[in-house]
Amino acid sequence: MRFSVGDEVSVRNDWPEKRGPAHIRTPHYVRGRKGRVVKELGAFPNPEDLAFARPADPRQLYHVTFPMRGLWPDPASNDEVLVELYEHWLEAP
Amino acid sequence: MNVLEADGAALLKAITKLLSAKGVLTEAEIAQQRSAVDNAPPGQGARMVARAWTDADYRAQLLSDGSSAAEAMNIPMRGMPPLGVLENTDEVHHLVVCTLCSCYPKAILGYPPYWYKSAAYRARAVRDPRGLLAEFGTILPPQVKLRVVDSTADYRWMVLPRRPDGTQDWSIERLAAIVRPGDMVGVTIPTTE
Repeated sequence: MRFSVGDEVSVRNDWPEKRGPAHIRTPHYVRGRKGRVVKELGAFPNPEDLAFARPADPRQLYHVTFPMRGLWPDPASNDEVLVELYEHWLEAP
Repeated sequence: MNVLEADGAALLKAITKLLSAKGVLTEAEIAQQRSAVDNAPPGQGARMVARAWTDADYRAQLLSDGSSAAEAMNIPMRGMPPLGVLENTDEVHHLVVCTLCSCYPKAILGYPPYWYKSAAYRARAVRDPRGLLAEFGTILPPQVKLRVVDSTADYRWMVLPRRPDGTQDWSIERLAAIVRPGDMVGVTIPTTE
């Protein structure tokens, strides 16, 4: 599904690298975590296929912020991490 | 064969020949791309920043489309990943990292410093960014939000730092001279000292 700026999203808690060779651009530390879309970055060929020379469909890329306090056990601040994530890794929370 | 033990030069030659034989890239295109990064003049990012500090239209262009703003300064961006530029303000400070590998705005800044690719920098930038910044001598006031930018995908990210106080009457050349590569990934802050 498409997301818009301001949408709350969850990152899929999926670990394709455990099922076999994979090229994943979704960092471990955001999987299963909640964030918010701050920008639509356009569509790019899916790197998970591109890396294996397979036909790579364009996927929407989003800039998603995550509050540090949702990522780490000792969250004192209001700091955040901004990550580029492809649409197929995001779902409505 | 273990790729880490391979003869790098021979491997490069073999891959270059294969890419060329399969029609993916010509040897000339590869040479052109390597030369663009090898010869990225160290001051060109600083000149973009100094121009953005003194020219509101250019600043708007830089923040909305970094690649076109680079091309406007005669920096070749053809074949390079799109450049995104994030603005530091008195409310938010950006710090750029690539936790997955070593993505860096090479078209603008050339090759990254050695620490940028280290596992320690990549891990601590997201896990303990204020502690990491303190080791670079950068202490952010607590009310300034730190936004760590993890370059995970197709963009390369650069920071537009804040213009230091007391530089109102400085020329664009003098401004450009104080902007360091670290200022443009947010590990340091431009200073007039």
